[in-house]
Amino acid sequence: MTQLALVIDLNVCVGCHACVTSCKEWNTSGPAGPMGDERPYGEDPSGTFFNRVQTFEVGTYPDTQTVHFPKSCLHCEDPPCVPVCPTGASYKRAEDGIVLVDYDKCIGCKYCAWACPYGVRELDAQQKVMTKCTLCVDRITDATLPAAERKPACVMACPTNARLFGDVHDPDAEVSRAIREQGGYTLMPEWGTHPANHYLPRRRSEITLHPDELQRVDNPLKVDGKLPRPAPGAPALDDVTSW
Amino acid sequence: MNPALSVILLTTLIGAGQGLFVALVAADLGARFAAWAALPEAFVARAAGLALALLVAGLAASFFHLGRPLRAWRSAAQWRTSWLSREVIALPLAMALVALYGAAQLPLGSALRPHADWIGVLGVLACLALYVCTGMIYACLRFLQEWATPLTVVNFTLLGAASGFSIAAALARLDGLESATGFALSAAALTAFGLLGRTASLLRNARLRRSSTLATAIGIKHPRIVQSAAGFLGGSFNTREFFHGRKDAFVRQVKWLFLGGAFALPLLLLGAALGQGAAAWFVAAPLVQWSGLLLERWYFFAEAKHPQNLYYSAIA
Repeated sequence: MTQLALVIDLNVCVGCHACVTSCKEWNTSGPAGPMGDERPYGEDPSGTFFNRVQTFEVGTYPDTQTVHFPKSCLHCEDPPCVPVCPTGASYKRAEDGIVLVDYDKCIGCKYCAWACPYGVRELDAQQKVMTKCTLCVDRITDATLPAAERKPACVMACPTNARLFGDVHDPDAEVSRAIREQGGYTLMPEWGTHPANHYLPRRRSEITLHPDELQRVDNPLKVDGKLPRPAPGAPALDDVTSW
Repeated sequence: MNPALSVILLTTLIGAGQGLFVALVAADLGARFAAWAALPEAFVARAAGLALALLVAGLAASFFHLGRPLRAWRSAAQWRTSWLSREVIALPLAMALVALYGAAQLPLGSALRPHADWIGVLGVLACLALYVCTGMIYACLRFLQEWATPLTVVNFTLLGAASGFSIAAALARLDGLESATGFALSAAALTAFGLLGRTASLLRNARLRRSSTLATAIGIKHPRIVQSAAGFLGGSFNTREFFHGRKDAFVRQVKWLFLGGAFALPLLLLGAALGQGAAAWFVAAPLVQWSGLLLERWYFFAEAKHPQNLYYSAIA
């Protein structure tokens, strides 16, 4: 069974918010109607976003790391927001595992937002219904787009390729390989929600230099300068330079 | 959580309405099978009317919680999985049975009179089921650890029943019925049990060990993680819905106020009513208790710390 999801590489994310703005641009222009903005240029702006990037500082100065942490709906395999919905507006698609809200059935009771430990559902202040990340369901299933563009808007926008998209149930998929080989993990595993989205941890990136690597070792005779031309028929590197 | 007035009114009003109806049916049936004083039909009809009015007022308040109230009819659909949906079914069912029970006491409902006992029993069952549904709406959210305990259901039931019984005592005293004493005694007992249950949940929540930490929330195993940016400068749904924005000292004050208003004072007033018999004590008890329960319910929501707040620790 397919389970589409995002894999977000915290080692690569630079916190540029391109995924946030790209998500908003795509989803506010879609057939589901705009994502509300209140006082966008005022002192206390507020609006609906499906994806937000937060920043955390880990450790004590000077041994600190700044971690940029993008968070959107994790499309849990056992989503706690779905069974609590009284109208059935909140549902998980059987064919690809995307958790969606039927905006026409939602009564805006906010119970699903209470039931989500990750705080990724937002009640739109203007539409008065619960909204959330759809994994750009209208993009990834659009057969009129070139196959390479059938990805969520946030994935398309990421300048450092920190966001991977694919089927985490397919062991050969790029996302599954990344989870397997780079220690992908899920958020708040203690609640048994089994989020489909995974995060790749920060990794130590160092260059190890050995003393001999500081010297030119491709010229062990320390002879700089031109070698004689090879005789015709003699073995040559490129017909010009002799061994 | 940020307490919503609509939900505070809903849960306290319907809880009192259910309790009042349970008190009525218990006294009415008790008079049939035990040597209790029978309740006059007009009194039962009027008290059932008040119970119905409380249920209707609670239902009306709940609509203000909805973003799209005109679609509220859809909310009965998912009764297989959702306690909220079950409540939406149990509430009108209880309202209908309360209305029928009241009507059966009146001349216009004389055809129902022979079935009144059964209607009453079914109504009590519906009211008890409604307590369970209301409590389970909160108790089933496992990561809201303050709520995820059977004590939540027990307390919703006890507190609702206590306030309903003290209303019944006041109504009976105003009509000069001798059942007022029985109602007041039951109300005092239920209030005392409610105090026990609520104290137990307060003690439990005070020593709660949280399963989620910032380390599990972002998956970085480090003892010192500090949030430096929430991702936006203004507010959002997440900061409005899950934070009440009050100081700890304010919340602690509300706790002592509700312990006084919902339990200590009503117990004193009921004691005075039983000792002295003045109608003023009987009437004051439910009014004071309901005000106390409004604070109790505010505290119930304000006390609960949603794990999503970990992602906004810069604000919390």
